[in-house]
Amino acid sequence: MYAQMVKSTGKGVKSRDEMSPEEAAFQDRIDADIKIEPKDWMPDGYRKTLIRQIGQHAHSEIVGQLPEGNWITRAPTLERKAILLAKVQDEAGHGLYLYCAAETLGVSRDDLTEQLLDGRMKYSSIFNYPTLNWADIGAVGWLVDGAAIMNQVPLQRTSYGPYSRAMIRICKEESFHQRQGYDIMMKMAQGTEAQRRMAQDALNRFWYPSLMMFGPSDKDSVHSAQSLAWKIKIDTNDELRQKFVDQTVPQAEYLGLTIPDDNLAWNEEKGGHDFSEPDWSEFFDVVKGNGPCNKDRLDARNKAWEDGAWVREGLLAHAEKRAARKTAAE
Amino acid sequence: MSKEWPLWEVFIRGQHGLSHRHVGSLHAPDAEMAIKNARDVYTRRNEGQSIWVVEARHITASSPSEKGPLYEPSESKVYRHPTFFDIPDDVGAM
Repeated sequence: MYAQMVKSTGKGVKSRDEMSPEEAAFQDRIDADIKIEPKDWMPDGYRKTLIRQIGQHAHSEIVGQLPEGNWITRAPTLERKAILLAKVQDEAGHGLYLYCAAETLGVSRDDLTEQLLDGRMKYSSIFNYPTLNWADIGAVGWLVDGAAIMNQVPLQRTSYGPYSRAMIRICKEESFHQRQGYDIMMKMAQGTEAQRRMAQDALNRFWYPSLMMFGPSDKDSVHSAQSLAWKIKIDTNDELRQKFVDQTVPQAEYLGLTIPDDNLAWNEEKGGHDFSEPDWSEFFDVVKGNGPCNKDRLDARNKAWEDGAWVREGLLAHAEKRAARKTAAE
Repeated sequence: MSKEWPLWEVFIRGQHGLSHRHVGSLHAPDAEMAIKNARDVYTRRNEGQSIWVVEARHITASSPSEKGPLYEPSESKVYRHPTFFDIPDDVGAM
């Protein structure tokens, strides 16, 4: 999941009696699956929670370009390089769709960017892990994009119109990402012994961080309860994680790779796999800023923002000058 | 920089002769750059044959509170739909 631990109102879901007439009418629309659009009345908490969630989601797309961009110059063939470039370009586009959706809620793009750059807003913990060998690019596409799709497919039905539309567009493009990742994994897993070892090593390192993407269990979270009631969130973190594990296990088997979990076993009774939880203390530590690459990622984003300032200013000055000249000529 | 590039709404006409359709928005300093950016962002997979961009501030939108007066009158006018009229099968296709 690209948005983890998004805080909502923190007050729990209001009962019907506690709602104002406006709030009750709003909840009725959500319950009837009628989309909420930018100009419609909405509770302040709904607006704020959405800005946090869509913003975090957008930041994840943008920061997510960094671990993959790391391999563009080192891709093993020209074709792989072109494919990876196209994928990283897609991520920029996904970030843009999401920022635009957030902007319809009355927040500015620059404001969101600045909140990312100074650490007030988060991005997914997964992008604080390094991509050390070429198989990591395969593992990122297969597992990380796979986990993202798991989260984003239900979000196509989210209650806020612009967010839902952005998700529909993103999901269309995202399956290319997962398939290109799996394609790399197949090549590596069926390659030389050294390549197979790299593929297994990538799976070993990315397995638990991928499970963390869904966030810690939220079955008792008041924030999640509110987001579920507002249909900003469709499934609980545990439900999505279970689905992800069940989907991925046969894919790993096909590759002949071993998921690094001795407790992994099919549970006939629940119709799903039993598996080990990731180390949540590591997760909280990474979210706090102590992951292997947190500093690199934020430094890179800050550098890009600062180095690009003259371009943004220059193009705007040029546009204003031309507009003034045009007005003068009329 | 305190000043942000303006917001543009992007409309794309697809391949099959349909009208331009709103696909999303983006920031750009001027119309020319907005078209270039729209090409990069919204037509990466042959989605378009033609692009329109318009600065978002030039769009006037109806308000949700006008929904009743604007759209309710047509609800009672079912005769505007061809299925309102029963034409006997013997007449043939119409």
